[in-house]
Amino acid sequence: MSTPVLSVRDLVVEIPTRRGVLRPVDRISWDIAAGEILGVVGESGAGKSMTGNAVIGLLDPPARITGGEILLSGQRIDDLPRDRLRTLRGNKMGMIFQDPLTSLNPLLTIGDQLTETILEHLDVSQSEAHKRAIAALEEVGIPAAKQRIGSYPFEFSGGMRQRVVIALALCAEPDLVIADEPTTALDVSVQAQIVALLKRLCRDRGVAVMLVTHDMGVIAEAADRVAVMYAGRLAEIGPVRDVLTTPRHPYTEGLMASTPLASQGRARLRQIPGSMPRLEALPDGCAFHSRCAYAQDKCRRAPGPDIASCDGHAACWFPLTQSRPLKEAEA
Amino acid sequence: MSALISVRNLTRVFDVSKPWLNRVIERLPRSLLTAVSDVSFDVEDRSVYALVGESGSGKSTIGKIVVGLVSPSDGTVEVRGVDLSNSEDAAEIAAVRADIQMIFQDPFASLNPRWRVRDIIEEPVKVLGGDTSGLAERLLEQVGLSATDVGKFPHEFSGGQRQRICIARALASEPKVIVCDEPTSALDVSVQAQVLNLMSDLREQYGLTYLFISHDLTVVQHMADVIGVLYLGRLVEEAPRAALFDTPKHPYTQMLFEAAPRMDAFGRDIDVPKGEIPDAINPPPGCAFHPRCPFAVERCRVERPEMRKLGQTRVACHLAE
Amino acid sequence: MSDIETEIHASGLSSAPQSRLRRAWDSDFLYSFRRSPVAVVAALTVTLMVLAALFAPLIAPYNPFDPATLNLMNGFTPPMTENEFTGQIFLLGTDDQGRDVFSTILYGLRISLFVGFAAVCLAMAIGVTVGLLAGYLGGWTETVIMRAADVQLTFPAILVAMLIFGIAKGITPPEYRNEVAIWVLILAIGLSDWVQFARVVRGATLVEKNREYVQAARLIGRRPGAIMLRHILPNVLNPVLVIATISLALAIIAEATLSFLGVGAPPTQPSLGTLIRIGQGFLFSGEWWILLFPALTLLTLALSVNLLGDWLRDALNPRLK
Repeated sequence: MSTPVLSVRDLVVEIPTRRGVLRPVDRISWDIAAGEILGVVGESGAGKSMTGNAVIGLLDPPARITGGEILLSGQRIDDLPRDRLRTLRGNKMGMIFQDPLTSLNPLLTIGDQLTETILEHLDVSQSEAHKRAIAALEEVGIPAAKQRIGSYPFEFSGGMRQRVVIALALCAEPDLVIADEPTTALDVSVQAQIVALLKRLCRDRGVAVMLVTHDMGVIAEAADRVAVMYAGRLAEIGPVRDVLTTPRHPYTEGLMASTPLASQGRARLRQIPGSMPRLEALPDGCAFHSRCAYAQDKCRRAPGPDIASCDGHAACWFPLTQSRPLKEAEA
Repeated sequence: MSALISVRNLTRVFDVSKPWLNRVIERLPRSLLTAVSDVSFDVEDRSVYALVGESGSGKSTIGKIVVGLVSPSDGTVEVRGVDLSNSEDAAEIAAVRADIQMIFQDPFASLNPRWRVRDIIEEPVKVLGGDTSGLAERLLEQVGLSATDVGKFPHEFSGGQRQRICIARALASEPKVIVCDEPTSALDVSVQAQVLNLMSDLREQYGLTYLFISHDLTVVQHMADVIGVLYLGRLVEEAPRAALFDTPKHPYTQMLFEAAPRMDAFGRDIDVPKGEIPDAINPPPGCAFHPRCPFAVERCRVERPEMRKLGQTRVACHLAE
Repeated sequence: MSDIETEIHASGLSSAPQSRLRRAWDSDFLYSFRRSPVAVVAALTVTLMVLAALFAPLIAPYNPFDPATLNLMNGFTPPMTENEFTGQIFLLGTDDQGRDVFSTILYGLRISLFVGFAAVCLAMAIGVTVGLLAGYLGGWTETVIMRAADVQLTFPAILVAMLIFGIAKGITPPEYRNEVAIWVLILAIGLSDWVQFARVVRGATLVEKNREYVQAARLIGRRPGAIMLRHILPNVLNPVLVIATISLALAIIAEATLSFLGVGAPPTQPSLGTLIRIGQGFLFSGEWWILLFPALTLLTLALSVNLLGDWLRDALNPRLK
């Protein structure tokens, strides 16, 4: 088995506040192979964006990595000095943010932004960089790329801007791309286009993608594997078809069941009682136990289960399996 | 059943021209943005009518016109027989307006951060001079919060809880109609389920009518009785829920259904929609969708299609059948 | 943690409302205050000076403006030394007329602080009102107000103040001039300062105007005046507080400048500026204390108020949180 492009091992991010030390990311581990798309799904506050920022090294102080390792193609990057990390970023790692409007510098033409990135990371001449920039724009589907390379971001629509952002992330030929909610701010039809584009480009170039989103539908269509996060911890991880159709963690099961599609024909949606606990007020034991229909004594008392120590798929002392009937927990 | 809300030929045009001086110097024409163009539909009493569309479809503008925040450029909105824009009787209009409330999309911006929850909820009733004793506590319990929360400020609540407070505020003046502008779009999936269930329960309990605006087809499929699909300010299709989702007749509706992410479609490579939503200031001639429509013919380029009835569906397409 | 507490925490609801004092003490705002030594020292200094000014008649060892108590023979006594004629000791010495410098400073502080506060209050009242109207109503109201503001900004504030002062002097009969001087001073400084408040409030109003909570208030029928006063005003006050504090320092210095130039507080009710003017005449003849102590007082006051304003700006800045 070849080395995975990204390897995260027991990553911990902490933020010291006056009310105590918070852990927005608590022992996260996963691997992403070349050409694979890992979907990271979770609700707001689950820590998925923070994990993405930690990997690419853009954590806002006072948040900092206090445990675990991040390896890029087998090399540790979490302990690198800032300037080494900066050269890696953009070159080996690219990032796509949620809002295309603020991801692009409004004062520079898209051509300038592309050539700047290319020249920074690849050893090519100015004219070669310009050619590559046009090629990148054509590849993401910007019509009349040669004429439009001199345009400013505000002259593009939202969908087009996000394509430019993708081109920007990929132009320096990275091995890993982190996409943080790339389609959330876009219309449905544009979203479909962007997801298809992302899939095609990453497969063609063998890029590993960490796709962070809260939209399960996008995950179902785009991801190969999916990781479900809850209150900073990894709840479940596995191939997307398995996790979405036969979830093992009660949270994943509750999440899938509460989508409107799952309750077709019924008057009320299934809902998970309560809401995700705030980081300052995490309960003892399993973070989900207070909302879990299957919680038992061990869940309340034993320190939070680790995926590795459980069956390797779901961080749950009593994961749901085929033999256990799913309880109908109406709220 | 008579229609509670009757919208006829509703049109709204915004003047987005540059200032006069700029236009003179740069020799530019006026820019007019047609947000809503000749939209007509009825909402039955105690039903949920959903308006679905992407950005630029005009769905939010229609909601604001119904509620009275924006005035129409042309056309009428009749609620319980009263023409809200043209009626002479101001008292009658005010009485009807008091029966229409709104829930907004952003739970963080819909509540005044400096007001306590009690004052926020009581405000609609206070303005009408009603009795507010115990009102806020009662409504909070109804929406699933605790009566002890009345003295708190909005920032002490989560997004889902704030949306519940908005619902409580909307219920305070005992309205008949609630216009819901993307009420759950900013919420997480599990919170969305709670809020949608709450809205369904309240609707049954109080016999409310919802004008439900959304871009999320799965939510609309769950909540709505009748659905109207908007594209670039025009109503392109309207049908009862089952009819729309079983047999969508308009090519745009079909494209929307195809493009919407589905959770049972693992790794499918979909038929990607062509093109993008055109500019509302210079819409395409004829049918607004024709540049992106796989079935477009010459007539579509020239003549704007009218709404016609096909069974239970109304559709604005020359070729639909 | 008991099950109930876990449940409450899991559902995200905070605990029952604490007492207001406890909550205020715990808040991020006062926390950052407690942690910043500069802010604490500055606040203490200002408080001390305000108290000293308020209780001047009680603290001052002598009343410097009562001719009956004045003894010319006390004149020019250095600080803390026995006067060769009367044997009295004065903490900070005496001026040319035998007035105790410490007492004159205390009374002078009164005038300086009073004029400063009042002028800022006037500027705030005008500026905030005008800014709200300009931001909310837009159109010609906004254009007229903002252009008037622009025009006023082209004149230096001190010149505007002197202009107003001159006009007032011209129209007041001579016997009332001294009495009216303080009020004219307040008017002059206040009128020269309203523009920055108006600009900031207008900008903040433009932002808040489009928020959903304002739309919610509009749709329940609240009148524009009520919306501006009860909804928008509380939310635009943050930057106003910061500017007010810094304006206070500037107003105090402006008053001192005007008094120094002779167009401010009269010698019968001298402010710190007047005292500085008086003291300046004696600096080079050796009686340094008549100038130094009023000048130091003015410096400390202005500096403390400025530092307090600086801290306030950082504490209230949502981006830095």
